Formats: sequence, structure tokens, C-alpha cells
Amino acid sequence: MREGEDEWTGLMRLAISGDDAAYYRLLKAVTPVLRAAARRGLMRAGQPVDQAEDIVQDILLAVHLKRHTWDADAPFAPWLFAIARNKLIDSLRRRGRRVFVNIDDFAETLPGEPANQGAPANEVAAQLQTLPARQRDVLQSIAVEAASIKDTAAKFSMSEGAVRVALHRGLTSLTARLREQ
Amino acid sequence: MMETEQLIRTLAADNPFQARPVGLVLVLALLAAAPVSLAIFFAGLGVRPDVMTAMHNPFFDLKFAVTLALAIAAIAISLHLSRPEASLQRWGWLLLIPAGLLVAGISGEMMLPQRLPMMTRLVGSNSKVCMTAIPLISLPLLAAALLGLRHGAPARPAMAGAIAGLLSAGLAATLYAAHCTDDSPLFVATWYTIATALVTAIGALAGSRVLRY
Repeated sequence: MREGEDEWTGLMRLAISGDDAAYYRLLKAVTPVLRAAARRGLMRAGQPVDQAEDIVQDILLAVHLKRHTWDADAPFAPWLFAIARNKLIDSLRRRGRRVFVNIDDFAETLPGEPANQGAPANEVAAQLQTLPARQRDVLQSIAVEAASIKDTAAKFSMSEGAVRVALHRGLTSLTARLREQ
Repeated sequence: MMETEQLIRTLAADNPFQARPVGLVLVLALLAAAPVSLAIFFAGLGVRPDVMTAMHNPFFDLKFAVTLALAIAAIAISLHLSRPEASLQRWGWLLLIPAGLLVAGISGEMMLPQRLPMMTRLVGSNSKVCMTAIPLISLPLLAAALLGLRHGAPARPAMAGAIAGLLSAGLAATLYAAHCTDDSPLFVATWYTIATALVTAIGALAGSRVLRY
């Protein structure tokens, strides 16, 4: 067992009992492990590793929205890696198709250009732009401007409850769009 | 621009939102769909008129034991499969319970003197109704089960969908059994099984599309 995995389980238990800081620490702690796994997966599939970050974000969103399927009596790592594996396979499948199409496009229109030029932009950021205005504003305020729920509520003259709802809906629709893209 | 660090901060801000357990969502969805299935059943079929006498026939009662065992086993398995790290291995044997009950029923019937020959009992008089009614009654329940399982994170969407099919077919067959006058376990093993297989296939197909997370 990897060092720190017991710590992950402890942090996740705290997170579920309402400790947001523990949840933040947990996500920070697992991200490098997920990133390494995503790079390995891409490399093995013969795809550019610069897409690893999109996969990491994809996994983090799934972990977040599906964390109620984790059994608090079980260790956290097997659950996490099951989600990560699922998302990695999913991404490789999707990307496999798209990369193929991209290469064709380049061959048709831009002969001589390296095929990896214009690697896909950050997918979460791209899908963020397609969200309803309110969800997008709230997400951007909290993510990019690092505003608190309270400050975000004041900025958009919303109640804190409404900000929380918009935040959660935004994350849910973001994930749905990433899946369907 | 959304850095991973920013995403993590956002997810942590959403931590107070705690989703309901999959089991609760599944049960609520099934309860919401049940009236639709009951309406189909009572509008199209209804309980057989001689139900009070039929209840004294152990083979009539066995039908409910088999279909309920199937539904309950499938609910337990589907809840297990709604988790990302789950596999069928540890829970799949539960499906042997309804199958075992059916085999026991068939052997029991074989040992008793019968008025009708085996093939007549197997073919029965309701096979077409059975194969239409069970899938029809099960469709609202199947939709509900898929909706409930969507709330989970099944590792194998087609498999989870198939189990949702078994679940809804089991519940639908429990209703249908109250209408059907064919009580021979041979009839059940043949036509109920065909109807259930159909619903299971629909569930697997639908599951492979809608149960990805």
C-alpha cells in the first residue's frame, strides 16, 4: 500500500462529516498521483502527455460528484483508483477518436504543420463558457477570483443559498458536458 | 482559464453539498414509478377472479416467491454495482435463489400426480399475454431503476443496466403472477424467463448509454 493512503481515508471521512479544509487537502494530495497515472496512461496509448491535466480535472469532478458512493468503512484509495481508471479509459477512447480526426484535418488543410500544434485547450475551461450565465459567473468567481461563497453572494446580489445551488448545478452541468462532448 | 488548483478550491467550496445515498434515490424512484405500473396492470389485466382459492395452491404462491426473490436479489446486486470499485463476483450468487426456487418447484410438481400432460402445462394458455404484459409493466420501473442508478457510479454500465432490467422484470412479474392462471413452474420457467430476458436486454442496452458517469 502506498504511503499516505490511510491518511486519504481519514481525510475523506473528515470531508464527509463537513470539514471542507480536509477535503481541500485530500484533493491536493491525490492530484499528483492522478496526474502521474494520467501521464502513464496517455504515454502507453501513444498520445501526447500534455492532455494529462484535462484527464486529472475530469477525474476530480467525478470524484467530487460521486463521493457519496464511497463506503466510509472501506479504504479510500481503491475507490479513487476505480474512478480514475474509468475516467482515464473513457478519455483515451474519446481522445483517440478526436486525435485521429484532427490529424486528418491537418493533412487536408495544413500540410507540413506538426499535428500536435494547437493541442486541445483546457476542456473544463472551454465547457465553462457554455454554461448558463449565472452558473458560469458563480463558478468563475469562486474558482478564478478565489472569492468566498459570501463574497460571491454579495457581488451578484444573491443569497448564499442561491450561490451554493448555482455552484453545485454548475459543477454538475460541467461534468455532463464534458461527458457528452 | 481553469487551473487544477482553482478547480480543487471550487470543489472544496461545494463540499457542504452532500448527495443522497444511491439506495434511497433508487427506492424513491421505484416508488414514484410503481403507480404507473399498477395502473397498467389494473387497466389491462387485473387480479384473477379465483384468487382466494388459488392462494391455497402452493404453486400459485411459489410464483410470488420466485419473482420477489428475483426482484430483491437484483435490488441488492444493483446497489452493490452502483459503486465504482464493485464487481459481480461477490453478489452474483444471489440470483441463484430465484433460479433454485424455480428448480425446486419444477421437481416438486414432477413428483405429484398431474391432471395435464407436461407440454400442456408448459405451453399454458397465457404465454402471449405473459410475454407482453411483463415487459410493459416493467418499463416504468426500469426507467426508474436506471434513474436511481444514474445517481451512482457503476463501473460497468451495461451490466448495471441488465441488473436494473432483472429488478424491474421481477417486480412486474410479481404483479403479473396475480393475474395469470398458469401456475405450473414449467410455465413460469419458460415464459416468465423469456419476458425477463427481454427486459434484461433492454436494460443492458439502455444502461450502456445512460449509466456512464
